[in-house]
Amino acid sequence: MSEATLDRPMPRRFLGRLTAGVPQPMLIGGAILTVFLVLAIGAPLISPYDPVYQDIAARLAPPSLAHPFGTDNFGRDILARVIWSARVDLQIAVLGVIFPFIIGTATGTIAGYFGGLTDTLFMRVVDVVLAFPFLVLMLAIIAILGPGLASFYIAMGLVGWVSYARLIRAQILVLRQSDFAMAAKSLGFSHWRIMFRHLLPNAMVGSIVFSMSDAVLVLLNGAAISYLGLGVQPPTAEWGIMVADGQAFISIAWWISTFPGLAIVVLAFGFSLLADGLGEKLGVRP
Amino acid sequence: MSGAFFEVEDLTVDVATDTGRHVIVDRVSFTLGKGEILGLVGESGSGKTMACRALLKLLPSKRLSIPGGRVRIDGEDVMALPDAGFRTVRGKRIGMIFQNPASHLDPVMRIGEQIAESVRFHHGSSRRAAEARAVELLTQVGIPDPKERSRGFPHEFSGGMRQRAMIALALASDPDILIADEPTTALDVTVQAQILRLLKELRDARGLSIIFITHDLGVVAQLCDRICVLYGGRVCEIGDKRTLLADPRHPYTAGLTGCQPGAGATGSRLKTIPGYPPTIDAMPSGCRFHPRCSNAVDACARLQPPFEDVGQDRRLACHNPVVSELTSVPARGFA
Repeated sequence: MSEATLDRPMPRRFLGRLTAGVPQPMLIGGAILTVFLVLAIGAPLISPYDPVYQDIAARLAPPSLAHPFGTDNFGRDILARVIWSARVDLQIAVLGVIFPFIIGTATGTIAGYFGGLTDTLFMRVVDVVLAFPFLVLMLAIIAILGPGLASFYIAMGLVGWVSYARLIRAQILVLRQSDFAMAAKSLGFSHWRIMFRHLLPNAMVGSIVFSMSDAVLVLLNGAAISYLGLGVQPPTAEWGIMVADGQAFISIAWWISTFPGLAIVVLAFGFSLLADGLGEKLGVRP
Repeated sequence: MSGAFFEVEDLTVDVATDTGRHVIVDRVSFTLGKGEILGLVGESGSGKTMACRALLKLLPSKRLSIPGGRVRIDGEDVMALPDAGFRTVRGKRIGMIFQNPASHLDPVMRIGEQIAESVRFHHGSSRRAAEARAVELLTQVGIPDPKERSRGFPHEFSGGMRQRAMIALALASDPDILIADEPTTALDVTVQAQILRLLKELRDARGLSIIFITHDLGVVAQLCDRICVLYGGRVCEIGDKRTLLADPRHPYTAGLTGCQPGAGATGSRLKTIPGYPPTIDAMPSGCRFHPRCSNAVDACARLQPPFEDVGQDRRLACHNPVVSELTSVPARGFA
């Protein structure tokens, strides 16, 4: 009977149940990130070659069955290097976002909550940082600290926090006037408890979404800094360096720059989709 | 009345505006005994909410200040405490519930968690004990299936349930005094009655003293022991509920009781008090009620009436009070 079939719940596979109610962009973005994560973690198993092994005989070999993405001017396999790079670049995207996120959230919360002189002080510092072009300031800091990934993270933390500080501050400014902030006060709670346990969780949604799209920018920045020779140092495989190295051979060996470039694009795309979906799910317009 | 458990004396709140400083709560004094329910009655803008916010130093704007006044709990002047010390008054001594529980609860925290947080904060209990206590409190305020509901978020609660949760939250810190700022205004009548009954039960069970802010005299008659009537930031009249409602001496109180549906003869027009409450920058001289008062005499516009004891545990601020004639009260002209 047709009634009986209507009554029966739709059979759902495990994956279907897991992903029910999740916006589609988030699913695709999540899938892309998962693939990269698997590549990064499983690099030693998945990678067909050692990323720094130089096969001089096979220099500048075009894509073939033996080397699906071709080889570079030292005879290193591009596919292997792209896979191993995922480790470095994912780390850049995650750490390069986490430090600014923490610093910016803390300062933004404090500035927005206390207002007055504290707020003015913090926001003038933000203005000073914003007055410099982003990359120029990054480069200056890295140049002072010396090239390398550690310097990159420090510079990222020092420069990138301003956007988070502004986002969070604007939210906290509104929330501190809210009824539940006053209710929390009426319970005798301390400023810190009200700020970080009650206001911040209500203010964070926007910056969580922003952090996802920020990951894209950080990733591109990391690639740019490495491209300029101030980030990851050779012979470590990193997409930015690979693009830079392949540039000299672009007319005779297009594959050296193209495949790592594509990897950057796809990962960035994944982060954007995730940000989009997250925004939709949490009800925020990034 | 030095034996009172909670004394408010000359509490004043100022507001600084572009046109200067204005007194919006003017030397308000009242007392509250243990287990007593005091109704704070007045029109919108009469300063009843401001006065109660000031009791907890929770003024919503930097323009508002408390230039004077003493608040004594068990003889200790808590207003004189420094800010850090005053924080122990909030929650521990005086709890507060609000008109709109939907916006006064943290929207992203589970109800049980919010209550447990307060329990842990004030009593230092373990996480598990606090959670158990939260469920217990939710049971006490009459939330069905409290264990399950404690895991819900505020938006998953109905209006009445939210107000119950709010009361549970205020009780989590075991206050001696509960300030209820129009807690039933946003609720429908049946739920309102339930909440009033709950507050009464809590008073009986815990000896909780309650300051109940409202503009609804019907609620006051049902719930309160004593009534304090505010007008333009000043106390007009304060006294026992029965004598005050049956025999109002201040023309404003008489006007309020006269305004109640059912006060006049059936079929007659509902009585109102003519005119509007004064705005803060245009407070009348002398007695602030005199432009609207039918009993006004010459002195009313010039002199602020003293706040005097008139016997029967009753205080009054009026130059020309309504004559105490029980039968004639509703008939007096307030046309």
